[in-house]
Amino acid sequence: MQFKVNSFTDFKKRLFSHNIIVYIALVIIFAFFALTLGSTFVSVNNILNITRQTAMISIMAVAMTFVISAGLIDLSIGSTAAMSAMMVSVILRETNSIALALAGGIAVGVVVGLANGLLITKAKIPAFLTTLGMMGIVRGFAMWITNTAAVPILNPNFNFIFGTGNIAGIPVLLYWTVVFGAVGYFMLNKIPFGKHVLATGGNETAARFSGVNTDRIKIAVMVLSGAFAAFAGILYAGRMQAGRFTFGEGDELSVIAAVIIGGTSMAGGTGAIIGAITGSFLMGIINNGLILAGFTVSQQMIIRGAIIILAVAIGSRYSHFKSNKSAESRKAN
Amino acid sequence: MKPILEMKGIDKSFNGIPVLQKIDFSLGEGQVVALVGGNGAGKSTLMKILTGVYARDSGRILLNGKSVNFSSYADANRYGLRMIFQELSLVPTLAVYENIFLNNEIRKGFTLDKNKMIAQTNELLESLGMRFSPNVITAGLDVGYQQMTEIAKALSAKAKILVLDEPTASLSDSEVKVLFETIRNLKTQGVSMVYISHRMNEILEISDQVTILKDGKVVADESAKNLTVADMVSHMLGGSAEKRFAWTPRKNPPTTEDMLVVQELKINGLDTPISFNVKKGEVVGIAGLMGSGRTEILETLFGIRQYTAGKIAVDGEEVKIKNVSDAVNAGIALVPEDRRTQGLVLTHTVKHNAILPVLNRIKSWVMIDEKRADAIVNEKVSELNVKTDSIHKTISLLSGGNQQKVVLGKWLSSEPKILLLDEPTAGIDIGAKGEITDIIRNFADTGNSVIMVSSELVEMMAVCDRIIILCDGKITGEYTRENIADITEEVLQNAIQG
Ligand SMILES: Nc1ncnc2c1ncn2[C@@H]1O[C@H](COP(=O)(O)OP(=O)(O)OP(=O)(O)O)[C@@H](O)[C@H]1O
Ligand SMILES: [Mg+2]
Repeated sequence: MQFKVNSFTDFKKRLFSHNIIVYIALVIIFAFFALTLGSTFVSVNNILNITRQTAMISIMAVAMTFVISAGLIDLSIGSTAAMSAMMVSVILRETNSIALALAGGIAVGVVVGLANGLLITKAKIPAFLTTLGMMGIVRGFAMWITNTAAVPILNPNFNFIFGTGNIAGIPVLLYWTVVFGAVGYFMLNKIPFGKHVLATGGNETAARFSGVNTDRIKIAVMVLSGAFAAFAGILYAGRMQAGRFTFGEGDELSVIAAVIIGGTSMAGGTGAIIGAITGSFLMGIINNGLILAGFTVSQQMIIRGAIIILAVAIGSRYSHFKSNKSAESRKAN
Repeated sequence: MKPILEMKGIDKSFNGIPVLQKIDFSLGEGQVVALVGGNGAGKSTLMKILTGVYARDSGRILLNGKSVNFSSYADANRYGLRMIFQELSLVPTLAVYENIFLNNEIRKGFTLDKNKMIAQTNELLESLGMRFSPNVITAGLDVGYQQMTEIAKALSAKAKILVLDEPTASLSDSEVKVLFETIRNLKTQGVSMVYISHRMNEILEISDQVTILKDGKVVADESAKNLTVADMVSHMLGGSAEKRFAWTPRKNPPTTEDMLVVQELKINGLDTPISFNVKKGEVVGIAGLMGSGRTEILETLFGIRQYTAGKIAVDGEEVKIKNVSDAVNAGIALVPEDRRTQGLVLTHTVKHNAILPVLNRIKSWVMIDEKRADAIVNEKVSELNVKTDSIHKTISLLSGGNQQKVVLGKWLSSEPKILLLDEPTAGIDIGAKGEITDIIRNFADTGNSVIMVSSELVEMMAVCDRIIILCDGKITGEYTRENIADITEEVLQNAIQG
């Protein structure tokens, strides 16, 4: 076979393999708000504010990338975040120990994730139904634990480290986003675990025949998702200086949208961590810009929905190109 | 003979890489033209262009002298063209009869006439010498039966031009015979056919004309009468590099130590308990017809299928194999029969498919050692002569035979103690088959064991130290190396037919 790759197709291929749509969308939408809203939008303060608002979504999106690329889905993350925040605030109220509070919060996520994973693999209940049920159960516990009362957090160190603090002028929440993003990127791309996840989502039978313990991979992915969601809950608690059962309501859908916009295929087998984080920021920018532009809540919802559909539509055209269902080959004639 | 179909000056490239160059091809009425060539030569691509699946870059297609442009496969169907796809076009979740009549459903008023479709499916299957229920879900069938379903589907449409892209890759001789009768029948009805296969004897038997492709160009176009197998092979591979399989003595003969002992194994789906053993360093073949239980035995050893009684011992230790993980932990690997659903992650690259079983062994600290991974993959690619522009190409874009080579390479590099091969050379060209034979034997030379199932008996006779005969789920005989040397393919063929 001759190697006559012309440089344009080569470039196009690279473009597509990095799923660049989300970055283009980010630039366009950023530029649009910058031009129409001016300095209220492009101020350092506002940008940092956006990073604060999106940190939790970003962190959950990192884990959701694993979940979706393994061919699963997790709808229980918003509830898990709320339950974790309640757990943390109650433990802080009772003991004022940050270490205990962290352990308690993360434990909530691990338990929920483990339950999800076992139900999916052992009881063979589809992930969608398992986590839909779990979403209600966990939110219910979060309401029950204090009879729906909010629990203020009075530990200033906790609030600084996990919410309101700035280090060198940068919000701690941005540091956390970077840390979790880096860990996720490393796990998905650099170690065998990530490839096992992708293979499980791409073709479970082939993965199993190749010696991958696909059940264990699925359980691990659900636990990861639970734990990351629990950490997002800790950040909610720190940022709001309280635990509230309403935290994270609707987050599951924002997170899934961010992951898909970021270039991960809903069909499983592919995953893009940096794309998912960028997708989260994109959603954050849209929310922020629409509020600053003075749209009502109902208008915001409509516009946001339309943008998500548009972005995913463009993205999926492009993943068709990737899997080359002869779209490429039928340009002749 | 006036051609019913002509393709003139067909060009096609994918991503700037030419796959077909100035191809001329013609087909006469009631004629069978064989399309021959190595893996990746462009046979399937040419036929997909003919049937409207791919669009050509340039060239013309004439049907009955008139220029045609099919915009899709459905469009080509309307002109009486049908294709049996190498990668099978069946919907796995539908029943056999639903697949056969997909988009061609028989109706009674507004509703589907299920009974009529089932009756016709039965007829079709019977005419192909098959007896299985039209109601079974396609995904549950072995590949051979799926292939038969695909054939029946194409036949049900009463095409004028029929393309058969490796219809026999997982069929054994007696099934092939029935198919050939069907083909001859169709010929007398004036149906024209293109026949693609890597089995050289088959080609000379069934075709009138042979068109040979090499690297996307036509290198020969001759009447089948004037060709020998050796001619074809030398055209395909270039030069006179004739590669035929014949037994050569093993470098390290099998030991007397048992690697695998199977005792009175009661397998779901088979009536009689199965017992046999495999020595260290031995290559054992299991010969049997489709449905004789050969796949069932391999699947049980690999934990896909359950056994209800009996014992399995590996390397002197009894093991319980309840699922695939148990088998993998016991050092057993399976090269599965169906590369698309069991062998490969089709959306992933050549590289990621090839290293999947060995990821945990190519770590430096905790990270995957990408350099070593590339080295392993590159070595396999050149050893098995996989034709791909890059190891980063998505594997579904490779030709069928080249995908199969990756499947095989993938499991060979996982270094199991016992390698189970289910139709390992399905769709692989004759040049690479020789290489693969060597690779299997080298693998056994290091003290590992191989159990091989192949519908090509010649191949088994060339590779195996011992052949077990399986007939209707019972072991009915065994040929050791000394006997194999004395018997012919026909003897073996008769033996498996019971
Ligand atoms: N959609 C595609 N995109 C990119 N390359 C392709 C595509 N389809 C086929 N090719 C390449 O074109 C070449 C010819 O493929 P083709 O499937 O026609 O081979 P073949 O002769 O049928 O081989 P085999 O005997 O293995 O089935 C191969 O190198 C393959 O990788
Ligand atoms: Mg082919």
